[in-house]
Amino acid sequence: MNDPIEPTSWLGDSGDDCDVVLSSRVRLARNLAGVPFVGQASDPDRNEVVGIVRRSPVFADHPDGLSWLEMETLSDQERTMLVERHLISHQFADARFPRGVGLSADKRLSVMVNEEDHIRMQSLAPGLALRDAFQRVAEIRDELESTVDFAFSPRWGFLTACPTNVGCGIRFSVMLHLPGLKMTEELGRVRQAAKDLHLAVRGCHGEGSESSGDLFQISNQITLGDSEEELLDKFRDDVVPLLLKYERASRKLILNEKRTMLEDKVHRALATLRSARILGLNEGTRLLSMLRLGNSLKIIEKPGLKTIHRLLLQVQPGHLSSMMGIGLDESEEDARVVRASLVRQALEDVLQ
Amino acid sequence: MEHKCDLCDKPAQVHEVLIKNGQKHEIHLCPECASAQGYGGAAGQLPAKIAKKIPTGEMTPERTAPACENCGLTHAAFRRHGILGCPGCYQAFEKQLEPLISRAQGGATHHCGHVPDQQSGHLDRQLQRTRLLKQLNEAIATEQYERAAKIRDTLHGLSGPLLGEQD
Repeated sequence: MNDPIEPTSWLGDSGDDCDVVLSSRVRLARNLAGVPFVGQASDPDRNEVVGIVRRSPVFADHPDGLSWLEMETLSDQERTMLVERHLISHQFADARFPRGVGLSADKRLSVMVNEEDHIRMQSLAPGLALRDAFQRVAEIRDELESTVDFAFSPRWGFLTACPTNVGCGIRFSVMLHLPGLKMTEELGRVRQAAKDLHLAVRGCHGEGSESSGDLFQISNQITLGDSEEELLDKFRDDVVPLLLKYERASRKLILNEKRTMLEDKVHRALATLRSARILGLNEGTRLLSMLRLGNSLKIIEKPGLKTIHRLLLQVQPGHLSSMMGIGLDESEEDARVVRASLVRQALEDVLQ
Repeated sequence: MEHKCDLCDKPAQVHEVLIKNGQKHEIHLCPECASAQGYGGAAGQLPAKIAKKIPTGEMTPERTAPACENCGLTHAAFRRHGILGCPGCYQAFEKQLEPLISRAQGGATHHCGHVPDQQSGHLDRQLQRTRLLKQLNEAIATEQYERAAKIRDTLHGLSGPLLGEQD
């Protein structure tokens, strides 16, 4: 990776509904016909899958210029950074068999080869931009289809290693910042409503991850019985607006009823981040979340969303160790000192 | 309570409880006898000596579910991990998968979305055919005729001309 500290373009300061929505993602799962799924495949099978995908026009001719990263050649630090940028999954980073990922130059597209399915291609975009993300990943899908036979059944659709992903094999997700619902203790009700709507609510790094910084990844679980367009419309037009409405109503309620308390929390968070000499990951993420809320509600003007998003990424272990030139296995105490220093400096730069 | 092996007096280490016709039947085997009776191999086949202990009748679907002929995954292994072994598993375990998928998909049972365009011919399709041909020959050589027929059907299903063929 040539750009270990380059900000990720899908995590900017713009995009529709960016007061609540950090980013949108659309992911497609595909498997090659006639080849065992990754878990049951031999290493020669997995290598063959890598070869077939790499010879496709997606890598050879695509204007987005997907570049190929062989996972075995990456350091732990680089793999961790890719996870933190949401370009690969934890499972994919930790696996120990032939696998690789294709990345576009703008880091908005990634094609994982030999994840749970042979191919998992995904497109990321800032703010609420599910249609844009879908169109971009559909282009990659069509190019792959021109040279690869996917496992497909007229009844079940695209066949996936986990049968619950069958059909369109598509996952729409949005990364939402929900501090209002957290503070008004409404998250439990939202989780129940999400369950009723067949949605998955996960932490910011997907399956199995804890929520941190009031960030939640919401995604559809239904992948069968509707077309991709219908699934997209339902998720984008019915589900997401409902969640945004709840979060904004909660923020408004807090502003109306506990404005001083909220302002106090935001300014204390800023003061702590500007002064702290030791900063843990959870504390840093929590305080940055408070700044993000404060900025969205215009309690503070600076730092802006761009700085806050960049810091949310850079305080994580992979990025922190890369930026500050420390080992990934540095003691947590040392990492906390370095993290505090990085955040202080970044805030001084924008608050001067 | 420590059980002795049903077939010898050694301590049993392999235990299985079967519910058939509402009645519970326990099986306890030492590792040697379990191995000799086929435990640890393909699921679905009950050792003859053990089968005698149990009244005749329909087995539960879990026990009678065949292993996938294509990749060898047993239904028990699928239940443990929730991950299928190959595209052929969808056919092998269709009866078990139908209710599972329908439940997970809010009642949906049929694909309504994108259908892949398989009209174009190319190099990688040729590679896949080569691979299937190899599997077909292996299946015939080992007299797995049912598997061979499935591979042949898959081969026929791969559309598009091979490199060097006329469109």
